[in-house]
Amino acid sequence: MKKKTDTQGSDVDVETTVNLSDLDSFETRTMARREEATGERLRVAKAYKMYVGGAFVRSESGRYLQVKAGDEKGADPGVVNVPRGSRKDARDAVLVAKSALDGWSARTAYNRGQILYRLAEVMESRHQELVTSLVRGGQSEAEASGEVDAAIDRAIFYAGFCDKYQSLLASSNPVSGPHFGFSVPEPMGVVAVIAPESPALLGLVSTVLPVIATGNTVIALASEKDPRTAIVFCECLATSDLPGGVANVLTGRATEMAPHLAKHREVIGIDAWTGDTALREALEREGADNVKRVKTHAVPAAPFWLDDRRGQGIGWLERFLETKSVWHPVGV
Amino acid sequence: MTAPHTLARPRAPHHSLFHSPPPSVDQVAVEERAASLGKRSLKKQSKVAGLKLAIAMMDLTTLEGKDTPGKVRALCHKAMLPLDRDPTIGPCAAICVYPNLVTVAKAALAGSPVKVASVATAFPSGQSPLSIKLDDVRRAVEFGADEIDMVIDRGAMLSGDYAKVFDEIAATKEACGPAHLKVILETGELGTYDLVRKASEIGIAAGGDFIKTSTGKVTPAATPPVTLVMLEAIRDHFYATGRRIGMKPAGGVRTAKQALHYLVLVKETLGDAWLTPDLFRFGASALLNDVLMQIEKERTGNYQAAEDFSKD
Amino acid sequence: MSQEITKVTAPLPFTRKDVAEHALDFGKSWEYAPSPEATDHFKIEPRYELFIGGKWRTPKSGKYFATTSPSTEEKLADIAEGNAEDVDLAVKAARHAYERVWSKMRPAERAKYIFRIARAIQEKSRELAIVESMDGGKPIKESRDVDLPLAAAHFFYHAGWADKLDYAFHGRRARPLGVAGQIIPWNFPLLMAAWKIAPALACGNTVVLKPAETTPLTALLLAKIFEEAELPPGVVNIVTGAGETGAALVNHPDVDKIAFTGSTEVGKRIQRALAGTKKRLTLELGGKAANVIFADAPLDQAIEGIVQGIFFNQGHVCCAGSRLLVEESIHEPLVRKLRDRMATLRLGDPLDKNTDIGAINSKMQLEKIAALVDSGEKDGAERFSAPCAIPSKGYWFAPTFFTGVAQSSRIAREEIFGPVLSVLTFRTPDEAVEKANNTMYGLSAGIWSDKGAKIFWMAQRLKAGVVWGNTYNKFDPGSPFGGYKESGFGREGGRQGLSAYVELDG
Repeated sequence: MKKKTDTQGSDVDVETTVNLSDLDSFETRTMARREEATGERLRVAKAYKMYVGGAFVRSESGRYLQVKAGDEKGADPGVVNVPRGSRKDARDAVLVAKSALDGWSARTAYNRGQILYRLAEVMESRHQELVTSLVRGGQSEAEASGEVDAAIDRAIFYAGFCDKYQSLLASSNPVSGPHFGFSVPEPMGVVAVIAPESPALLGLVSTVLPVIATGNTVIALASEKDPRTAIVFCECLATSDLPGGVANVLTGRATEMAPHLAKHREVIGIDAWTGDTALREALEREGADNVKRVKTHAVPAAPFWLDDRRGQGIGWLERFLETKSVWHPVGV
Repeated sequence: MTAPHTLARPRAPHHSLFHSPPPSVDQVAVEERAASLGKRSLKKQSKVAGLKLAIAMMDLTTLEGKDTPGKVRALCHKAMLPLDRDPTIGPCAAICVYPNLVTVAKAALAGSPVKVASVATAFPSGQSPLSIKLDDVRRAVEFGADEIDMVIDRGAMLSGDYAKVFDEIAATKEACGPAHLKVILETGELGTYDLVRKASEIGIAAGGDFIKTSTGKVTPAATPPVTLVMLEAIRDHFYATGRRIGMKPAGGVRTAKQALHYLVLVKETLGDAWLTPDLFRFGASALLNDVLMQIEKERTGNYQAAEDFSKD
Repeated sequence: MSQEITKVTAPLPFTRKDVAEHALDFGKSWEYAPSPEATDHFKIEPRYELFIGGKWRTPKSGKYFATTSPSTEEKLADIAEGNAEDVDLAVKAARHAYERVWSKMRPAERAKYIFRIARAIQEKSRELAIVESMDGGKPIKESRDVDLPLAAAHFFYHAGWADKLDYAFHGRRARPLGVAGQIIPWNFPLLMAAWKIAPALACGNTVVLKPAETTPLTALLLAKIFEEAELPPGVVNIVTGAGETGAALVNHPDVDKIAFTGSTEVGKRIQRALAGTKKRLTLELGGKAANVIFADAPLDQAIEGIVQGIFFNQGHVCCAGSRLLVEESIHEPLVRKLRDRMATLRLGDPLDKNTDIGAINSKMQLEKIAALVDSGEKDGAERFSAPCAIPSKGYWFAPTFFTGVAQSSRIAREEIFGPVLSVLTFRTPDEAVEKANNTMYGLSAGIWSDKGAKIFWMAQRLKAGVVWGNTYNKFDPGSPFGGYKESGFGREGGRQGLSAYVELDG
């Protein structure tokens, strides 16, 4: 054996000759070990990518983050690489969300509701995969199952709200004079969401769905702790009839991407759920450049999200709606 | 079909046609009506009859900078005999080309009933001085064009100078001599159905024999609702005067199904008298093959492959 | 064709002389071949029982009646004749389901059942549409493109309200009423069932539904959908039968609420019957809507609206625009255009995809229409009927309008419920309002004008629960529908429509 310096500069033992019988036994030993361990075929690992414009993409920067993936119940190894989104990814996602906006807001409310209901159907069919993903992210099986149930029910909740909030929020205004006055809620435009770290699925669903239910389009930054589950959710989005570009999800560090979304003048609103108070303040400050509607929050614990009265509701829908008042004379 | 006409300066100086705002057409209702007529289900013999009528109404068109005599001759051949294995199908109504290709087309079509239509008036934009546009028309007619497809001044339409639009059409009609005149409104640039209706009324009043939707160089080109609006203008003119004006949707009609939809629009808006190439044409190129495929499908029961039909 | 260009004409208005001389010919050139909808992918059972407590049960009387196709006069199936005992069983099943299951269920879970029903209606849409056309006579084009999508939409829409009632009443707490008895008509059988059942369920009530005796089939197919959706037994019960079955339901002491859509005459009878009881009531009754056309209306589109308004569903529509009030200055061109437009209406086999006008629902209804049309002629109005070929079997009435109609004549005052339009004129907007409101009905109205202010001015003054501006016969589960005056009270659809199915504090 000779000593050799490997590419990292440390000494490594290197065999100078190859012993074929050793190779044979290595192969059989490995295969035997594998068969002993699992008795199964090797499964195909999923590549986790961001979801932009209806497609799954890597970061333009080529960077990645490694996420530990807990107990190996799923198809993937214990360590998973997810894209580390960059400023440019954020910029590209805004463009995509902007071009999807007119089409999405022009859909009938009924149609949007149908699409969200379809999303719920798809999520339900992926119930097991979502649970497994959450478990690999550190949840218990029971917690995970409860979270997935709640996420699906939330999708149904908003599916049924798409064509109803208008009759709750609009008004006919009894103005003094011979005019018919009415006020209607309208979507604001492109909204950025920083989803809470936890709960990784329910938090994302709770913050994204009310934004798109009202006709806005969204760029969401997934939980850094468990971006894999966010991406499984994106697979549900991708198969749900939701047009590409309406909901876009980036993975990576919020601190790297969020400020650029806050500065981006095409983005009209931000909903940021993060414990990082400095980041929250930065978003509020940067957003002023184009008078963004910025809402920041600390991240409440799981019970908040699971509560039907707090984790969802008309307040969530109102957050990114504008009111337009219209006047017209009444006369012959 | 073309008849001698009076060369007059027809416009009365203060006519309400020039000074009233565009008539009101309800967009939602027009689109609904056009769409509902698209639900007519044409089966079997009525489908084949409609498809054959569509072929007889086609102005096979090539309007490209790269048009050559070879290309035009091939198109003429196709217009005379669309499907060589069935000589009972066709011929088409006309060939539509640029002025420089009229002579070639005329020679290739000698002895056949297929007409030669030429675009003129600085097609497609029309953005040239009137004298040049009129000369363009006269040259095309000299070359032997039977029909002239002119473009109106859309800038003048949009800025409300309806009298100017009228004058140019009237002058073009004069320059046409014996050739029949189609007036292209370029509906895709007019913005509203109201203005399309106004332009239709002007085109008819100024002497057009046909009103036509589009140059095919702008999207949207022909659509069922825009066609319906134009047919309604033709209908009201008929009610008032007894004169029948023709209509031609051009551009965007690619499939047999679409062609049948247009025929239904004509049949149920204007009635039987307009179901003839004298009063209705399709400006198309790819449409012919799709229609041939549908005819073959009806005959054999099999869906057809595109490659079985000559591309030109 | 000579080019007469010395005279420039604006197309409108044209004169009587023009009208006579320049005729359009909507003839036989290029006829459409028959295009029948395929019906071989499902079958109608020879006999249907009552659907009570989640089970199909034979009627106590052992009696059945036939439901026939009004276009062929052929029997489609035998239908169970429910009597008072059957009604009692159904109400008991509904009460049981209400108390044990439905009122205890989490609203979000109730919603999921309603979503399932909506989905199933979408999936079985074609079959339901064909059966609707066979049983009731309406063209497949309408049942397929209007009735079915709306029926599914009503279930989808109301499913979403089930867990949001706290938002719907401005802070007032809502509780379900209990058992709702619902009686529906034959003009939109499945759609009316959806209009009734969906909000009732969404608000937590259970239902006993009595479909119209000439059109029970789609309600029974809906019951199959409830079964397949695993709707808990007894939440919806279907008891088929005629007037007596309906009366038994109205009079049953354990029903908390009655919802009725049908004639004003029967509605009044029901209202009388409920006097002194604590039962809640909503009524959706007849109409004689005014469709008002001003001279500044986009005329060709207004013609479409007129045709839609009175000939859609053969005029079997409570909100039909059956009185045309046209501004006198455009009477001539309008009538001319209307006549020409009617020449392309195709009357015939409801299952032909090209049919515009289907069969009249029953012999009885046809006789009523004919009698009123006779009275119109006797009153001196001028009749025009579209030149449709009438099939030898079945019940048919060609689309018809009368001009020269007096405000006082029967055809101007009574609901004909058929494809018959009465045309009257007015001179000023005030006169239009006066004439439009001069009726005991008040369900709907149409206004056609290019002037927005005039649309709103008229809408403010018309005593009608639904006003259509530059459109007609538009329906949406989110838009409350219902009448003023003797067209009934209560609304269906929208947030407002929920009130009928809840008890509110405060």
